[in-house]
Amino acid sequence: MNHLMRQLAPISDTSWELLDDEARERLSGALAARRLVDFHGPRGWEHACVNLGRTKALQAAPCDGVSGRQRQVQPLVELRADFSISLEELRDNDRGAFDADLEPLDKAARQIAIAENVAVFHGWAEAGIAGIAEASVVGAQPLGGSAEEYPRSVARAVESLREVGVDGPYGLALGPDEYTRVIETAEHGGYPLFDHLAKILAGPIVWAPGVKGAVVLSLRGGDFLFESGQDLAVGYSHHDADAVHLYLEESFSFVVATPEAAAPLSS
Amino acid sequence: MGFDQYHEPPEELSAETRTFARLCASLEEESQAIGWYQQRLAVEPDPEARAIMEDAQGEEFKHFAMDLEFLLRRTPRWRQIAEGVLFQEGDIVEHGEAAEAASEGGEEDGGSSTDGSLGIGSLKEVAR
Repeated sequence: MNHLMRQLAPISDTSWELLDDEARERLSGALAARRLVDFHGPRGWEHACVNLGRTKALQAAPCDGVSGRQRQVQPLVELRADFSISLEELRDNDRGAFDADLEPLDKAARQIAIAENVAVFHGWAEAGIAGIAEASVVGAQPLGGSAEEYPRSVARAVESLREVGVDGPYGLALGPDEYTRVIETAEHGGYPLFDHLAKILAGPIVWAPGVKGAVVLSLRGGDFLFESGQDLAVGYSHHDADAVHLYLEESFSFVVATPEAAAPLSS
Repeated sequence: MGFDQYHEPPEELSAETRTFARLCASLEEESQAIGWYQQRLAVEPDPEARAIMEDAQGEEFKHFAMDLEFLLRRTPRWRQIAEGVLFQEGDIVEHGEAAEAASEGGEEDGGSSTDGSLGIGSLKEVAR
């Protein structure tokens, strides 16, 4: 048994499968950052930091005649979203019910996915994570007030990346409102805006809950590094007569290696 | 150029499965090349030619390892069984049987991969 303590939960194999499948399905759709940045790992729950390959000179040494340097690392953060599931619902699932109420799990999955997206795209100062948009050396340009303006804004963003030598393909992370506008819009002649943007980017357009506005970034690799310790998992906390209290958890850190490889677009 | 790595109609396969199939085909090709170099080395008397072949075979070892690691990362159960067999001292068959049994009917941790995680990992290849 590992730190997730799943074996201690009053949950059958069938219901664990239900919970894991539901979590996986809900998370996969919302984890926008993982569709656009390099994913390293998972390296395990014990993994504690990202090696930055840099050192800091130490002023004092234990004795004369030597000098010291300290390795610089970025600690991983643990992200956790608690939720509770009715034991009655799980028992009914074991009996063959096909409509178990997993709303609390769905909500937790959405929250932790948003948190991961926000950390990657907009940063998490207390955790020492600089987000892609904030780290970008390209100042945020307006995305445009209406969807018809998006192709020009995205094309400019792509051009700004090319100008500094950042090759494609490029991806586009769009906040939920902006994404909805894109898929609802057809340009003159009925050509879907989504397809027009995809042609400009030569890469994916990703629905990114938690993202404010949009971010165009290179997918060539090596620019944005997501390091996973424990990948997302469902763990067991405790239970009472009515409900089992679980959580979604992961450990990770994120490093922007090439700040010029992304161009944020403000809404 | 053929598309022999697909056993089913490619248009019916997801992008993820097509990538998986490509890497499976690549793994097969690398292991085949390793076997060929092994045979050539067994019969080649020229030291200079042998040195080149040994270097080339080393490349194939690397390619095979990278292909395998990719596939294991994308396939939690395969990874779990592999972890029970690879780099273990003792009887290979026994380890294999034990690892396969552990992977069936729910994992030891009650999870869906060896670390109990959901096995989501990277989603970069399946975007759009």
